[in-house]
Amino acid sequence: MAALAFLGEGEDVAPVIQEILQQLVNGISLGSIYALVALGYTMVYGIIKLINFAHGDIYMIGAFTGYFAIKIFHLPFLPALVVAMVVAACLGILIERLAYRPLRNSTRIAALITAIGVSFLIQNVALLIWQPNPRAFPDVFPFRSYDLWGVYIDNRQLLILGVSVLLMIVLHYVVHYTNIGRAMRAVALDDDAARLMGIDVDKVISFTFAIGSALAAAGGVLVGVYYNRIDPMMGTMPGLKAFVAAVLGGIGIIPGAMLGGLVMGVAEVMVVALTESTWKDAVAFAILIIILLVRPAGIMGRRVREKV
Amino acid sequence: MTRFRMLSAFLVVFMVLTATMGVGAAEALKIGVVGPRTGPVATYGLSVIHAVELAVEEVNSAGGIAGRKIELIIEDNKADAIETNNAFRKLISRDQVHAIIGAVVTANSIVGAQVAQMMKVPMITPTSTAEKVTQEGDYIFRSCLIDPVQAVIMANFAYNTLELREVAILTAQTNDYSVGLEDVFTKVFTELGGKVVAAESYSEGDQDFKAQLTKIRARKPEAVYVPGYYTEAGLIARQMRQLGMDQPILGPDGFDSPELFEIGGDAILGSYFTNHYAKETDDEIAQNFLNGYRAKYNADPDGFAALAYDAAMILFDAVGRAGDAAFSKNLAVARTAIRDAIADTKDLKAVTGTLTLDENRNPVKSAVILKVVDGGYEFVERVEP
Repeated sequence: MAALAFLGEGEDVAPVIQEILQQLVNGISLGSIYALVALGYTMVYGIIKLINFAHGDIYMIGAFTGYFAIKIFHLPFLPALVVAMVVAACLGILIERLAYRPLRNSTRIAALITAIGVSFLIQNVALLIWQPNPRAFPDVFPFRSYDLWGVYIDNRQLLILGVSVLLMIVLHYVVHYTNIGRAMRAVALDDDAARLMGIDVDKVISFTFAIGSALAAAGGVLVGVYYNRIDPMMGTMPGLKAFVAAVLGGIGIIPGAMLGGLVMGVAEVMVVALTESTWKDAVAFAILIIILLVRPAGIMGRRVREKV
Repeated sequence: MTRFRMLSAFLVVFMVLTATMGVGAAEALKIGVVGPRTGPVATYGLSVIHAVELAVEEVNSAGGIAGRKIELIIEDNKADAIETNNAFRKLISRDQVHAIIGAVVTANSIVGAQVAQMMKVPMITPTSTAEKVTQEGDYIFRSCLIDPVQAVIMANFAYNTLELREVAILTAQTNDYSVGLEDVFTKVFTELGGKVVAAESYSEGDQDFKAQLTKIRARKPEAVYVPGYYTEAGLIARQMRQLGMDQPILGPDGFDSPELFEIGGDAILGSYFTNHYAKETDDEIAQNFLNGYRAKYNADPDGFAALAYDAAMILFDAVGRAGDAAFSKNLAVARTAIRDAIADTKDLKAVTGTLTLDENRNPVKSAVILKVVDGGYEFVERVEP
């Protein structure tokens, strides 16, 4: 049925399959970017139940840090990526200490509103310092394109997909099979009990923010390399889309973020392919509403009854 | 005591007001310039201000117009509508200018035009290409080509010179400029006998165009018309090449920026776009302008600067023709005389070509087609109206 929609009059079937496959590649590549950002979102939420709306802006800061590291300090790609991740991790810890920690024992909605405030703060300071006009990200990563029977895949798409899968596995491992991960899960379950067991709750939460922010920064640098363009507002839309992806996959569940991101990417591209591109963003947020109505725990989430 | 103070304060204000009213008009020609010196599109505004300053300096050092010097008052509107409104009101009421050059961005120019029209002060926008601006009233003029003209020229160039028959279009659906160009291009290109095989759209700020481009690729167009700004054009060019599409890209004056090369890289080379001005011309006036601008600012002028210089030339030419009426002690008479003279502008030799203002107060003049090549633009041809 889907294939028919691609068919024009009197067209051969082969190019149509080619087009579908190309759109699928486009969708997965877009989706892996959402997944990359969604991983950090979902991890922070999983541990401290805070939707960190500033996540998209840390992603932007990461991209800019990478940009300056390459452009001004002439670092190669990998060191620049590391610098961006470290800077973002420090920023994440700072934000948590200044904005979220004082509110830890207040209502969740207060923390949420603060997160939105932090997001606006970062965005506007960046606009002030770096100006709103977009910048071209330096070409540090050699570009190679592979033509597989008319379906084009390039090494940057593969890089982003590879990095997001790798980070998903690493994160899953850290959270489930290391001491710090065990501490994180303990804090997630009950922070008072965790404290009684001798866990330094503040340290664990700082660590969570550091990892989440470093992930966002990695995403920012990779996207800078991929699209070759960065600007201070670049985090807003991907931040929102990644949030939808995280909810779709089941917020707090690490492989869910990956799945949610990919589903979102493919859905968006297919909307453009089959209908008008005008519908693209509308569909992304329609997905959010539908998933919240039908299956609020997300695709991979279990239904958990809240303690009252 | 307080009453006496109040009274004397009023008296002083009254005296100052009458004094300025009395002498303000005749001594010099006062021109206001409104443009963004700061903010997101500061480079546009700075180009405009620089070029007008250059024009004024040249005229003043040659003795002014009919022996009267030109005085320039520059206002920064930060590309903001409210600031524009304030700037126009200040220039008109407090500074008592004869005419205003500005604003730069279309949305600002519409606001400014409403004020200028209401107060009956001639205004020339150098760079606002939307038709609506000069429709605000008979005191509003411009020195740039309106949007539809660019699309007509590109459609003709694509069909006749490049001999293209099947073209795809990728439009920014959230941008009036882009949608307007798309409409006219489609209409003209189809009437010529060409075919628009795919019409896709995107939103401003989008970064991923691969889904739309994959759709376009399947329709096998000979070129893709991208009526938009340089940032998206650069990304679109890159992503086209990544999808194995090697068609040329056609565009409007929004491509005119050094950032086009940074964002587009090699992918953008070989594209064609319509513009108001080309440095690469042997026209004497254009060469003088280029040399003067380089000498004063140590930089090459862009299209915005050329258009602003022309706006000043239109104004000075009109004031010269209006003669003494333009310097009448009665400011309203002077402004009207200048307006009438601007409306009569005919065959004025300017930087962007010989121009005549039509009955809608838009210039009739030539445009240029530029080709994007390594390190700059290559002049392809001048298209007469």
